[in-house]
Amino acid sequence: MENILEVQKIEKYYGSRSSLTKAIDNLSFEVEKGEFVAIMGASGSGKTTLLNCISTIDKVTSGHILVGDVDITKLKGNELNKFRREELGFIFQDFNLLDTLTAYENIALALSIQNVSQSSIEKKIKKVAEELDIKDVLNKYPYQMSGGQKQRVASARAIVTDPKLILADEPTGALDSKSAKMLLEKFNYLDELGATILMVTHDAFTASYARRVIFIKDGKMFKEIRKGEATRKEFFDKIIDVVTLLGGDLNDAL
Amino acid sequence: MMLCKLSLKNIKKSIKDYAIYFFTLILGVAIFYVFNALDSQTVMMNVSESTAELIELMMTMLSGVSVFVSFILGFLIIYASRFLMKRRNKEFGVYLTLGMSKRKISLILFFETLFIGIISLLVGIGLGVLLSQVMSLVVANMFEASLTKFAFVFSTSACIKTIIYFSIMYLIVMIFNTISVSKCKLIDLLNGARKVEKVKLKNPYLCIIIFIISCIVLGKAYHMVTVEFLTLQEATDILKPIIMGVVATFLIFWSLSGLILRIVQSLKKYYYKGLNSFTLRQFSSKINTTVFGTTIICLMLFITICLLSACLTIKNSMNANLKALAPVDAMFTVNMNMDKYYDDFRNYGYNDSQIKNSHYTAKEMFQLFNFDITSYFKDYIEVNTYGTPDLTMNHTLGSLLNYVRTNFPFLAFDTKEPIMKISDYNELARFYGIDEYSLNNDEYMIVADFKSIVEIRNLALENNETITLFGHTLKPKYNSCQDGFLEMSSQHINTGIVLVPDNVIDEDYLIQNHLIGNYKTTDREEIINIENNINKLTEYEKANEYLLPSGSTKLAIKEATVGLSAMVTFIGLYLGIIFLISSAAILGLKELSESSDNKERFKMLRKIGTDEGMINKALFRQIAIFFMLPLILALVHSVFGIMFAVKILEVFGTDELLPSIITTAIFIVIIYGGYFLITYSCSKNIIKERY
Repeated sequence: MENILEVQKIEKYYGSRSSLTKAIDNLSFEVEKGEFVAIMGASGSGKTTLLNCISTIDKVTSGHILVGDVDITKLKGNELNKFRREELGFIFQDFNLLDTLTAYENIALALSIQNVSQSSIEKKIKKVAEELDIKDVLNKYPYQMSGGQKQRVASARAIVTDPKLILADEPTGALDSKSAKMLLEKFNYLDELGATILMVTHDAFTASYARRVIFIKDGKMFKEIRKGEATRKEFFDKIIDVVTLLGGDLNDAL
Repeated sequence: MMLCKLSLKNIKKSIKDYAIYFFTLILGVAIFYVFNALDSQTVMMNVSESTAELIELMMTMLSGVSVFVSFILGFLIIYASRFLMKRRNKEFGVYLTLGMSKRKISLILFFETLFIGIISLLVGIGLGVLLSQVMSLVVANMFEASLTKFAFVFSTSACIKTIIYFSIMYLIVMIFNTISVSKCKLIDLLNGARKVEKVKLKNPYLCIIIFIISCIVLGKAYHMVTVEFLTLQEATDILKPIIMGVVATFLIFWSLSGLILRIVQSLKKYYYKGLNSFTLRQFSSKINTTVFGTTIICLMLFITICLLSACLTIKNSMNANLKALAPVDAMFTVNMNMDKYYDDFRNYGYNDSQIKNSHYTAKEMFQLFNFDITSYFKDYIEVNTYGTPDLTMNHTLGSLLNYVRTNFPFLAFDTKEPIMKISDYNELARFYGIDEYSLNNDEYMIVADFKSIVEIRNLALENNETITLFGHTLKPKYNSCQDGFLEMSSQHINTGIVLVPDNVIDEDYLIQNHLIGNYKTTDREEIINIENNINKLTEYEKANEYLLPSGSTKLAIKEATVGLSAMVTFIGLYLGIIFLISSAAILGLKELSESSDNKERFKMLRKIGTDEGMINKALFRQIAIFFMLPLILALVHSVFGIMFAVKILEVFGTDELLPSIITTAIFIVIIYGGYFLITYSCSKNIIKERY
């Protein structure tokens, strides 16, 4: 299979020479086209830094990140913006919807900044709204929606541009368990449709919906497990085993 | 002293974001000082006594205006500090949770206001002192006074006045701050920052109806002050269109805030292009909450535009008029045959012997005082005016009298019309260098240049109304008033002189004799000397018995003109600048204070990959629309406001209107545009991503 994302020996340091913090320490992995990968780790393990580096919000200290054929660590200025709007889709923990726009307009914004024509905007939103079951809330404002609805709208905004890679940062962090389950089932559905999803989470339940889980600890790869033919429940148990192995600090997330 | 330190740090932190506020405060202080110190340089000037009096009058007017200005600035400062405080709710919340008492928070705010006050006063007065050096050159130039020597001046009185006025304003701000701190609740403070913006949509049909109604009301108000201008007779009549205009302005903004979004939303191609939907939403959420503020700013801009262009027109026109309407050096007029209308004149304060002795021409009268005025003249002429109770406006208007009386009851219908022989007038016209006329034996004509009276008189002339004078019936030669004047002046105030063929005149009805001449000398000092000598004649015993001719000289008219034009210019500039910076500052502050909300939104736009250029464009547009909206309506208002002003100011002549409007436009572009650009660059700075 073709690799969508290749992370090659990246490092990220924070702070000055006198007090150096290694947030990411020589990390490498790949994500294939159509995969649904979860990255797990405790607070401070470097998973958010990793996501920020992949999403070009932050820059790596050394190493390379390839999305498709492009080395994104070499992009600058508006190339970064272009890359972000055309190749990536974002889903954030706190939704990051514009409070002044309706759901429809929020989704449309992702397309209109790519100069997509109005007629195809309408078509694409209609399709994605059906997939994510948000047709009823399209004309509502964020403050009129539930958390689950907001996150599905945010997901719709992320996938409507047909990005190569969807990045999700703790997507279930602000949701109740029912909404979280519903959202994750939608992720599975998107995955079946062929989307490539990279999700960062510290929640084992959330991670169990992925097909592969990468554990990181102190900026390094700790372990990698695949779902294979196992059921979600079995995969969840496997994840818990690793979490126990990882140490107590992740247990509070269970 | 920890509180002191905390407030200093707070100021330092916010000085960059709220540069516009500090800048406006400093500018306000400086302008206040400059206009109150205008007279400081005049002590260095060589000005005549009458000019000195005019400057004193001007200063009295300016200090009156200063009170008004202090209200405007006070309003600005209180308004600004109130919403700057709202932005800091979270900070106060943190102080409170840490166990700081409300009294201490008030104290922090007290110190902050104190420091800001002291800094702005110091810097502002410093700037003001520098500016007033430039200003004093302008003053000297305006009064055409030669600066005997230039000295660096500092006006202690203006300085003290500035400090007192601004201290009072800051004190009021402190009181307001203390009250609002004591009223706030911790929970609101902490949640304040995270309030969810609710989008209230107004009923579009209601908006359309209100928009149409307010447009009609506004149109009616415009109509009232322009087309129906002549029906406005009392000062209070103008209140009605003003109130209509203000209410309509508010309602237009109210309905537009609901409509603009709907209209653009329906233009789907445009709305879903780039960041247009975002920009528009930003704008509409802001305008929704600031309808009242936008109205006030629109009205302030409107006043500024009208005020500046009117004041500059008066100044420019008066200077231009001076050349045309005061073509010779001096004119002395004496009343004659006053005993014929004894009762009339006693009421005007002439004594019995003055009235009895009123049978000398101006030249003869001066000779009675042993003053040979003609020896000072290079050349001179003498002309007469006649008058009879049988020729008043009642007669010249003829059959139109009733119509005019009902429509313009304020006219003096019973005053004798001044009459001149055509030969006398032509002699005068030659001397003045203005148009001469000729009349047949059965014709008369009227020369006048006061526009609104000319319009009324033309009604009668068009109607071919004949007059009867000393047994002769005369018909009008022209169907309108012709241009011309007798009295020198700086304004077009000739309400009408009836010119008739020489043979019609009965010399018994001679009422005034005019002696008009040019001095031999052209030296200003010598002319002042001559005229002072003439003024001294009134101190003679004889002046009680004989009425001295009253003079109107080019020099006196010029000084009065210059004084008046300086006065209107300075008052116009003073108020104009203050209004302009206040409204621009409010807009700028409002925009900047919301930049923390905007920062989050723009950050999000960046995350989904919006180009930097697109973001800047959206920000620029957002601020531009916000600044333009009140300006556009103010411009529409101004078109009619200036049309109204033109009618009011027609005695001054309004030929100089266009250059004044251009000057005003330049002025607004620089100040308002400057504030816009500063706001844009500050906002850009705030939303910039800092890695």
